[in-house]
Amino acid sequence: MNRLHSWRVAAVSAVAAVALSGAANAFEPEATECIAPANPGGGWDFTCRQVGKTLQDLGLIPGTMQVTNLAGGGGGVAYAEVVNKRGDDNDLIVAASSATATRLAQGAYPGNTMDQVRWLGAVGADYGVIAVSKDSPINTLSELMEQIKADPRSISVAGGSAVGGWDHLKVLLAAQAAGIDDVRNVKYVAFNGGGEAVTQLLAGSVQAFTGDASEAKGFVDSGDIKVVAVLAPERLEGDFSAFPTAREQGIDVIGANWRGFYAPGGMSDEAYDYWVEAIGNVYASDEWKDIMARNGLAPLDLQGAEFEAFVRESVDRITGLSRDIGLLQ
Amino acid sequence: METLSNLADGFVIALTLQNLFLALLGCFLGTVIGALPGLGPSNGVAILIPLAFTLGLPATPALILLTSVYYGAMYGGRISSILLNIPGDEPAMMTTLDGYPMAQQGRAGEALALSGVASFVGAFFATWGLVFLAPQLVKVALLFGPAEYFALFSLAFATLGGIASRNQAKAAMAAALGLGIAMIGVDGQTGVPRFAFGNVHFYDGIDFLVAIVGLFAVSEVFVFLEHRGEARGAGQEDKMKLGRVTPSLATLAGTGWTMARSTVLGFLSGVLPGAGASLGSFISYSVEKRLVDREGTFGTGDPRGVAAPEAGNNAAAGGALVPMLALGVPGSGTTAVLLAMLLALNITPGPLLFQSNPDVVWGLVAALFIGNLMLLLLNIPMVSLFVRVLLVPPKYLMPIVAMISFVGIYGISGSTFDLLVMIVFGVIGWVLRKLEVPLVPIILGVLLGNEMESNLRRALTISDGDWSILVGSPLAIILWALAITGFVLPMLFGRFFRMRMRHERAGEEGADPD
Repeated sequence: MNRLHSWRVAAVSAVAAVALSGAANAFEPEATECIAPANPGGGWDFTCRQVGKTLQDLGLIPGTMQVTNLAGGGGGVAYAEVVNKRGDDNDLIVAASSATATRLAQGAYPGNTMDQVRWLGAVGADYGVIAVSKDSPINTLSELMEQIKADPRSISVAGGSAVGGWDHLKVLLAAQAAGIDDVRNVKYVAFNGGGEAVTQLLAGSVQAFTGDASEAKGFVDSGDIKVVAVLAPERLEGDFSAFPTAREQGIDVIGANWRGFYAPGGMSDEAYDYWVEAIGNVYASDEWKDIMARNGLAPLDLQGAEFEAFVRESVDRITGLSRDIGLLQ
Repeated sequence: METLSNLADGFVIALTLQNLFLALLGCFLGTVIGALPGLGPSNGVAILIPLAFTLGLPATPALILLTSVYYGAMYGGRISSILLNIPGDEPAMMTTLDGYPMAQQGRAGEALALSGVASFVGAFFATWGLVFLAPQLVKVALLFGPAEYFALFSLAFATLGGIASRNQAKAAMAAALGLGIAMIGVDGQTGVPRFAFGNVHFYDGIDFLVAIVGLFAVSEVFVFLEHRGEARGAGQEDKMKLGRVTPSLATLAGTGWTMARSTVLGFLSGVLPGAGASLGSFISYSVEKRLVDREGTFGTGDPRGVAAPEAGNNAAAGGALVPMLALGVPGSGTTAVLLAMLLALNITPGPLLFQSNPDVVWGLVAALFIGNLMLLLLNIPMVSLFVRVLLVPPKYLMPIVAMISFVGIYGISGSTFDLLVMIVFGVIGWVLRKLEVPLVPIILGVLLGNEMESNLRRALTISDGDWSILVGSPLAIILWALAITGFVLPMLFGRFFRMRMRHERAGEEGADPD
């Protein structure tokens, strides 16, 4: 009797749920897919898998989301595929990050621009940090910048991205904000990933490190490196709350490595609204807050048109900066 | 002896029924993944990460599963190297040099069993090294700046002349070709694409797995097609006897010192982030050849030439875990994937990992010991099974090789472009085989060339273009001295060796791997 009753309740609520969601959205997702434009194990792969899992757990999509790894060209292969071949796929989303915006700005996706896709929303950001080794005489970002102004050759800054990549641009943005006119004076050494760059800071080969907060966390906990500035609007929570932001030191710069999604340019408005809402729901959920806390992601709450404007602004700014350093003609 | 009691705690964590099952599963999958050309340890681990997530495994069991796959793949890579002359993954490349000739001489079983034992020895002692030396070794890794890395890679290339070929000029040309291929892609130090011709597919450079599978596996298929499966196939069936499946005690004893030296060398190159298992197996092989190859038998099926790279690359796998656990810095592609996994499981790798998550670290170390023993027990009895691959007539085997190559490469990137690149490499490999150009130096050029160039340019950026930074530390000077010795000595004594080699070769019909 009891079992029959609960079965009925379940059936009724299931029908109700279907009816409700049907009323709210004209678009019904079918076989959903997320393209991670990199090999398994990287940041974009992580974004697809974790968001896909949360979408499923929250019951926002039917069944599981298929994750496709389409590596190559720093995301360019996937971008071209979406623009050229999957332009009107309503069930497809693609993982993106600051690196996507950087490459779009620098024309590193040949023939593609940010207007060829629809930008859905962000699911968090990894804020930048600038650090020195624990024995360094330098204690603040201002001191570091003064030293670079006085003798640019005395400071080598190590980062995990290529020249012109996001780690490089962050330190250049800070230098610009600190009043260094010719940012080409900042000596940047590119390593394969933040971990290698921090190791070279510990080894004493370089004098400063630019990277994401999550990359520096292990070394901050152990006290091997000294964070001179966090490039966030406000102090971060948790372990990083002890470190001042660049703004507090009078250097107005924010460097957020955001994570988010774009969708094919020909996606219908109904489907676009559906995905914007779904990603907004994921972002607002407790499950996602938990995942963010575990992975050192800080809040960045932007969806739909707001997110598109945000991406456009960062593309414009990176374009300008890339001209300044001679990467763009 | 706190370390030992920690380790005992680790065994308590690892020795549950579930964890043992996961280790067994990981070892088995790893061996298979390693043996398939195109699937190496890093793809293997990456492919299984979603599985670990789906099963909802907590940190320690998930790591046990994935590191078992890692060690398993390092074991498995040798199987196709020896049986088919196709390296199952990049560190197993050196094993083709003597492994395949041994198989051709009807000693496939012996080669497989011996390399299994060498793998065990390398991995076993490397794990002990990890237990006792991890904190001290981290300091060694910190001695290496860009200038020292450049000297280290130069050292590797200086010993290149010793391997692969009787014709040094062809080996040098092959290495130069590899270095050239390594130049393709976006240059990290300027952000500018090189040799990409505006094609976005080239921006990330040529994946060395695509190059390996093309050069070795696909070109093997082309050679087979060329002979229409007759001349070569018939010849092989006569030659390919299975032989004994256990190495004789004399062989084991004869390779003992080789394994010991290779373990140390492999472990050390594993510890250095940015060097890794390929450098480990390569240096082990070339140093062994320099030291003990008095009769010129390396490259023609010398058991020591099988034991050296296998002990070296498995020791390097253990060594690569040192910087990963102690610094949070990956020493190889595979540890980079493992690191991503750790982060996803809410574990921050870094200098404090040993204090903050001892259960994870020691559980993992214990699992490595268990996995390693399992792999030995799994691999030795299966030798007689593996060698039966040789009984499969080439007309069935070669289509399978072609299929696995295509599926493996497509599976990594999901890109048809990579398949085309692979076929191009297959054609290049076929042509080079005709010209008797050794293929191994090409891959070494691709693997090591990038890092060598980046480190030179990093050093010069740091020094503002002052070349003296390259000899700016005692360590760098030592490495340069070794490189010069390794390069010059064979020239001085070369004549003497060549005479003896000619003498040796007169007796036996040379089975050259290239």
